Amino acid sequence: MSTDTSDAPAETAVDAPSRAELAARIDELEQQLAAATDDDQQKMSIIATKGTLDMAYPPLILASTAAAFGYEVTVFHTFWGLDILHEERSKNLKLSSVGNPNMPVPNAVAALPGMDRVTTTMMERKIEDNDTATIEELIDTSLDMGVEFQACQMTIDLMDYDEDDFYDGVTTGVGAATAIQDMADADIQLLV
Amino acid sequence: MTQYEVTETLDVKGQNCPMPVVKTKQATDQLDTGDVLEVLATDPGSMSDLGGWADTTDGVELVDQREGDDVYTHYVRKTE
Repeated sequence: MSTDTSDAPAETAVDAPSRAELAARIDELEQQLAAATDDDQQKMSIIATKGTLDMAYPPLILASTAAAFGYEVTVFHTFWGLDILHEERSKNLKLSSVGNPNMPVPNAVAALPGMDRVTTTMMERKIEDNDTATIEELIDTSLDMGVEFQACQMTIDLMDYDEDDFYDGVTTGVGAATAIQDMADADIQLLV
Repeated sequence: MTQYEVTETLDVKGQNCPMPVVKTKQATDQLDTGDVLEVLATDPGSMSDLGGWADTTDGVELVDQREGDDVYTHYVRKTE
């Protein structure tokens, strides 16, 4: 019985790493931890894909607010989301009530010609009455606060837009790889 | 109650989310350490939003919040 108990720890001791090996391993892990936590700048990455009046708000509100919290923010605009950065088109974003059961207009009526104009005007009036910031104000404010707006190059070409069509300060010539890099670095990633 | 002297006043009455927080941030950036910014807002959401912002953001501290009849007043100190 005494042989059994003395053998077991002896065997474990042979397999177990030495104190020096453990110390080296701890050093290595501490270095990795320091490297991982070295960059304490918080980041947020948003992908904006929608260009209707209602869907233009969430990415801009979140971007400007995150910037106020001290986040480094990039918003990658692709497909219809590109219209938010388009200086002319951004002032003319539309709202459709087709397929939106929360709107007070039946689909059959909403599909009539000119109805998008009506619902858009209704929404614009509500925005004005409520003193909600306009899209242009939110973009200007976000740019002031250091938010980086990126316009997807593939979509610029697809939509036949020109780099000069966008607000001053918008980054062009970027693609999905840039977005992936930003998302990989970010603490918060959102697709809107 | 904490003692403080107001350095600057920011009037965001009538403005809505996200402007009270965003403009408060921009205003505190212009202040010196120790200065206290008074923020006048009518957005009821500013009570929670400005408190949350100040708690989470380095370099600022919410020293007081007052709920009036129509106006919500916030006092933010720049700490660094």
